[in-house]
Amino acid sequence: MSGTIEVFEGLKSCGIDFIASVPCINLSELILLVQRDPEIKHVPVTREEEGIGVCAGAYMGGMRPALLMQNSGLGNSINALASLNQLYGIPLLMIISHRGMEDEQIEAQVPMGRLTGPLLRTMKISIYTLDKGGHGKDVVIDAWDEAVKTLKPVAVLVKPSFWGQR
Amino acid sequence: MNRLAAIELIAKSAGDSLLVCNLGYPSRELYSVMDRKENFYMLGSMGLASSIGLGLALAKPDRKVIALDGDGSIIMNLGSLSTIASRAPDNYLLIILDNGVYGSTGDQPSATSGETNLGRVAEAAGIVNVREVTTARDLRECMRTMRSGVLVAKVKISNAKVPIIDLEPKEILDRFMKAARASPSA
Repeated sequence: MSGTIEVFEGLKSCGIDFIASVPCINLSELILLVQRDPEIKHVPVTREEEGIGVCAGAYMGGMRPALLMQNSGLGNSINALASLNQLYGIPLLMIISHRGMEDEQIEAQVPMGRLTGPLLRTMKISIYTLDKGGHGKDVVIDAWDEAVKTLKPVAVLVKPSFWGQR
Repeated sequence: MNRLAAIELIAKSAGDSLLVCNLGYPSRELYSVMDRKENFYMLGSMGLASSIGLGLALAKPDRKVIALDGDGSIIMNLGSLSTIASRAPDNYLLIILDNGVYGSTGDQPSATSGETNLGRVAEAAGIVNVREVTTARDLRECMRTMRSGVLVAKVKISNAKVPIIDLEPKEILDRFMKAARASPSA
């Protein structure tokens, strides 16, 4: 089973029914699956911070939201995660393609790649990591479970090796 | 028309619409002039009123959703207009109260006091139904006739003397979500 399908099955098992996305090459297959699923409302957004707002609104309306994004967009999301999700207690599942580590070929990905873990830890956002051989479905289920129990945003960091491509 | 009058008019004609209100003075003014359980008061995340409203409108297609945004906030998140245009929910009205300044931080001019015309920006983003009003009479008329689209209401620069909101964030959210779960009266 491909990494993409494992993550997608995890999302479906949690009953995720609302997804905002900003593209990443490593998320392209997952975004296609989400787009084709009639049970999921999919909103492609222009920027990660915007996606956090859209997902918060969907949660207020009773839906189960997730945001698909690349880690480069974490920087522009921090104020929203802190002064919207964490302030009010709004859960969010972030599926983050983690570039900028593991023999990254594009130098510009490296700074945010290195900062992603420290930024999330500083914000006390729980990190679930998916690396080569990881169990995508179980990890996604655990992450969402924590998000709804604690009413907080949580991050699943997905390494390039998990998708089987670089 | 000053902003307090515009906010009062909007709230009083909102029926049981779900109302997402921008942070700072607009939320304080709304809270003071017409607190209702269908009001969500933003306390942070400047720029995201229109996005929160969009997510809510998509999640609750049977409810009318109104977002009360400001000029300084919407120009932080102009991509939101493109996203709203691409989804175009017929139950979502975005109202931008445009006074041309960052009123909660000392009236520094925003781009809309210069060359930027928000109505034309919204049209160029692909929003089909865009109106601009400057008087209370036209605002009242739009509140009666517009179910969706973008309404730019030009208001005078003024912060009413209103206290800060004495509700906890969790209280604001819980009350609002409960109101959103209830079935619409219409």
